[in-house]
Amino acid sequence: MTSLDHEFFRRQQAYLTRRQLFRSAAFGIGGMALGMLGCGKPEPPKDAISEAMKRALHLAPHAKRVIFLHMAGAPSQLELFDYKPELAKLDGQLCPDSFLKGKRFAFIRGVPEMLGPQFAFQQHGESRAWVSELLPEFSKQVDNVTFLKAVKTEEFNHAPAQLFMHTGGTQPGKPSFGSWVTYGLGTDNDDLPGFIVLVSGESQPSGGKSLWGSGFLPSNYQGVEFRSQGDPVLYVNNPEKVSRDVRRRTLDAIGDLNRREYEEVGDPNVLSRIEQYELSFRMQMTVPEATDVSQEPDYIHELYGTKPGENAFANNCLLARRLAERGVRFIQLYHRGWDSHGSNDFENLHGGFKARCREIDRPMSALLTDLKQRGMLEDTLLVWGGEFGRTPMQENRGGKTNPFKGRDHHGEAFTMWMAGGGLRPGYTHGATDEFGYYPTEGAVHIHDLQATIFHQLGVDHTRLTYPFQGRDFRLTDVHGEVVREVLG
Amino acid sequence: MCRSFRVLLGLFCPLIFFGLAGCEQEASPVSFANDIRPILGAKCMSCHGGVRQLGGLSFLFEEDMYKELRSEKMAVVPGKPEESEVYRRITSEREGLVMPPEGDRLNETEVELIRRWIAEGAAWEEHWAYVRPELPAIPAGAEHPVDAFVGKTLLAKGLSAAPAAAPTTLIRRLYLDLIGLPPSPEVSRAFADNPTEEAYQQVIDELLASEHFGERWASFWLDLARYADSQGYQKDHIRKTMFLYRDWVIEAFNQDMPIDSFTLRQLAGDLFPAPTGQDLLATAFHRNTMTNDEGGTDDEEFRVKAVMDRANVTMEVWQGSTFSCVQCHSHPYDPVRHEEYYAVKGYFNNTADADLTSDEPKLPLQSAARLRELAGLERALQDDTLSRARVAELEAAIAAFRPLPVPVMQDLLPDSSRINRLFVRGNWLMEADTIEPAPPTTFDKTGKTFPPNRLGLAQWLVDEGNPMTGRVLVNRVWEQLFGRGIVKTLEDFGVQGEKPTHPELLDWLAINFTQAQNWRLKSLLRTIVSSQTYRQSSSADFVQLALDPDNRWLARGPRFRLSAEQIRDQALVVSGLFNPKVYGPSVMPHQPEGVWNVIRHVARWKTSPDGQNHRRGLYTFYRRASPYPTMLLFDAPSRELCVSRRIRTNTPLQAMVTLNDPVFVEAAEALAAGAMEAHNSKVEDQIAYAFERATASPPDDFQSARLQELYALNLAEFQAIDSLPNSPELAAMETVCRAILNLDEVLVKR
Repeated sequence: MTSLDHEFFRRQQAYLTRRQLFRSAAFGIGGMALGMLGCGKPEPPKDAISEAMKRALHLAPHAKRVIFLHMAGAPSQLELFDYKPELAKLDGQLCPDSFLKGKRFAFIRGVPEMLGPQFAFQQHGESRAWVSELLPEFSKQVDNVTFLKAVKTEEFNHAPAQLFMHTGGTQPGKPSFGSWVTYGLGTDNDDLPGFIVLVSGESQPSGGKSLWGSGFLPSNYQGVEFRSQGDPVLYVNNPEKVSRDVRRRTLDAIGDLNRREYEEVGDPNVLSRIEQYELSFRMQMTVPEATDVSQEPDYIHELYGTKPGENAFANNCLLARRLAERGVRFIQLYHRGWDSHGSNDFENLHGGFKARCREIDRPMSALLTDLKQRGMLEDTLLVWGGEFGRTPMQENRGGKTNPFKGRDHHGEAFTMWMAGGGLRPGYTHGATDEFGYYPTEGAVHIHDLQATIFHQLGVDHTRLTYPFQGRDFRLTDVHGEVVREVLG
Repeated sequence: MCRSFRVLLGLFCPLIFFGLAGCEQEASPVSFANDIRPILGAKCMSCHGGVRQLGGLSFLFEEDMYKELRSEKMAVVPGKPEESEVYRRITSEREGLVMPPEGDRLNETEVELIRRWIAEGAAWEEHWAYVRPELPAIPAGAEHPVDAFVGKTLLAKGLSAAPAAAPTTLIRRLYLDLIGLPPSPEVSRAFADNPTEEAYQQVIDELLASEHFGERWASFWLDLARYADSQGYQKDHIRKTMFLYRDWVIEAFNQDMPIDSFTLRQLAGDLFPAPTGQDLLATAFHRNTMTNDEGGTDDEEFRVKAVMDRANVTMEVWQGSTFSCVQCHSHPYDPVRHEEYYAVKGYFNNTADADLTSDEPKLPLQSAARLRELAGLERALQDDTLSRARVAELEAAIAAFRPLPVPVMQDLLPDSSRINRLFVRGNWLMEADTIEPAPPTTFDKTGKTFPPNRLGLAQWLVDEGNPMTGRVLVNRVWEQLFGRGIVKTLEDFGVQGEKPTHPELLDWLAINFTQAQNWRLKSLLRTIVSSQTYRQSSSADFVQLALDPDNRWLARGPRFRLSAEQIRDQALVVSGLFNPKVYGPSVMPHQPEGVWNVIRHVARWKTSPDGQNHRRGLYTFYRRASPYPTMLLFDAPSRELCVSRRIRTNTPLQAMVTLNDPVFVEAAEALAAGAMEAHNSKVEDQIAYAFERATASPPDDFQSARLQELYALNLAEFQAIDSLPNSPELAAMETVCRAILNLDEVLVKR
């Protein structure tokens, strides 16, 4: 049996066991069963969860886990992957009316100038994929990667667009992708949270912590942020003076008194609480161990370009691999600082943008190499991309000329890439017109992307639902088509 | 003997009653609301409902169901199943004709129910929640109406009520429910020594008169009001003055403001003929909507989102209706048409706010609490004997109490009014017909006409003819006490929501509350907590758990984990660290470095000075993009949307908070120090002291012995350490107190 067959088998077993336990919940011992899900246990609604499980497990999985590298602020596809020589010819000319008519922009007003690609492009690998000079390491990986060249979103402001990408809706308060996945599939490692978030860059992304919130799903499905300073997980460390032995003895006493409480009152939630306290004790070991990248050999640090202790995208890539190895279901990375408008040097395509590219090129390529050499790329799905793309026009806020080269937000067409998890490697799906403005073929809506990721995890996105406010909600709302062309 | 009798009764009674119910069913006519609509909802309405009306058929509205289909046939011919297209299709064997075309077919029972319903005349029946409640007769057999209704259902379910909870347990429950704080050992002992009805009523009186009462019920209301101290979205600017609205809410609960008045003021205080400052302050309720100040956003787009949120929240809070689906199309399951959504939106579409960074319009306002503080200072200034320095000090303090600009609701003047239009598929850029403000037809049983503005909407909501408001509100209060509503889906009284477990009780409570009790929350609470149902022990035996795992039928008392705020507040009170100050600006208790790395760094988390960081959880600064982490871990919402029900979870991260978060570490230290001060020699007494403060009851022998064992083992370890900051005894007692504060019986209301 391959590891994925095994995964399918395991899930069916888990489902059957759970279903039996759900049935027996009526006899007061079912509360324990839910500990397997996500991280911890929700009390109600039991029926909804068993129903979700039943529905979610219809497909054979191709991936066990997701590593989602979100480039918050939206990198320019026209400087990285979507090579447009025709656009170069229009550089500096006024934007044609046809591009502007009936369009709304975040910052562009009046008639902006066209802006040609700012960096040199070359084709790479057997797949002959175009990549710009800003990503020399990644260029060597193109045959491992599946490109989506015409991804389409409905939002062109950062916070709503990030929410759309990660929660399927544009307003805060909906469950995030990782929450849905752990709600549907549980986790492979009860000693770590099933949905972990790693943030690098100057602050959290625009969408705020709602991007990894559990919305109306029970809060045990919320993403747990692994921090680069202080406790890796909030309050994972004992207070001063409390040794591990003292803590063990304290938990033993709590456990004994709680068991006695259970015998007297019969509430199965007491048993569940005992279990969660034990789990917290185990996590006090597993979390520091999992996050200690200093244990990695030198050649790995060399590969990723990591320095232990840094809050860097590179460290988070390495950490993502370590978490993936330990069975974490959904690992969400955020790297900020991509919003290249040209209004200051940080937002300059030749300034901040270039710096961001240097920060990600080596680590994300290393992650691909490393997963591949460990045989993990076949069952790990990597997703890379921003919340939208950038315009082929130079941004001209308020009708003025910006001091640096930069582009406005653009939701009609942008590039994302995925790798592993049973997708077609070295394949490019979709294309844009000669200026990179509109899709000409293979447009993929955000809901389609979400449906496709779910499909690779073995989940039918139309069937993983949760009842809230009188209807069954799902990540993809009432939309989403699996992009069959990219499946391996 | 008594217990085993309960077990036997529990085992056999269901059989008897199921038997009876079976016979009864044959005789009674089929009910559209109870028997048929659920089948249609589950199997037919996704194609023949509000979103789609395939073949011209919808089961949502009476007039649509009996009309001719596109095929010129009739879906339902009363009395004639064989001529009714519905019946022919569900029984058809032909591919392409049989309904439903996909998914599970109707089973034999369902088909037979539909046949009988048509044969019996196919009478339409309204969904229960849209029918005006009538005062039900109180069943005989119990003194208290609540017990009478609950007892009747228990009997029918073959269950019997549990004995009363122990006095110390009951008194803790009552404290946590009414003021959200635990009782002192003195209070629980006094009641345990004299557990009479009179003494119980006296405790109720004291708690209802406590200023902490308003705080506890404000916690409940602020989830609905989506109260926060920031604007939300990317920049998430700070709202420095919204706390005045929180002051208003606390004050309103403390004054026992009738809830109809509470409603009118919050929705439309500005439209009163001569609004007071307090009436205007109340309207900040709907200014808790988010403001999006991200660069490049269209203010009109987010103004519209805020307006729709106000419509949705109003219908959810007072009508238990899920309105947000009607933005894009008619409701899939409930009889609300697309146009009717925009009629409700119309009530809110004419306010002056427009997603501005400044949150204008604002008015300089004071809360009643601040006015009282100010009056105190002014009185002090009257004293002629004050030193010059003291006068200067007082004058400075008075200056600090100036009115603060609070975002309020304010209508545009008639000449600049907005035109309210329907949005095609909910898209604000695709405007269609003009629509006048009006309540949804199905919900409107008042037979009256109200002004087409927010005040009119509010008057309609609290009109005695509104079938929903009273039920929805008493159900919310019931859920706060019992952990589960009489209608479990607090936010959805519609067709897809759960049915009430005790429909007559719900109606009785609703009518009693809105009429006899004149909408007074304190009276409603007194009624409920005075019942024996409320006072039952929460212990459950095996049989009872098997028959009713979720305690739907109330054969035992409530037992569930405390809320995020209560977990914190209790630790502070028990340890003696609690700062009881009521009202005022939000505070910033300890939060680890780096949590608040929100986009704009202008606002920093600055830990409040000593004392202020031990205020109730209610006052903790609420920033939407980065809410206080331990609140989220214990299921508090992020306050971006209205949340009717917090779903309780149980996770290892919660254990880490109550074991390791500095506020809980401090609490264990303070409790240990207090125990040692109170009983300086005997460890057993110290443990009893701490245990009783935390649980309201002294430990029994097992508990005491087990904690003494923990103490002895840890003491040995601490004695071997040279560099302890305090005595090994204190260190060991701290670990005991930490264990106590983490016991299940402390973390739950029971």
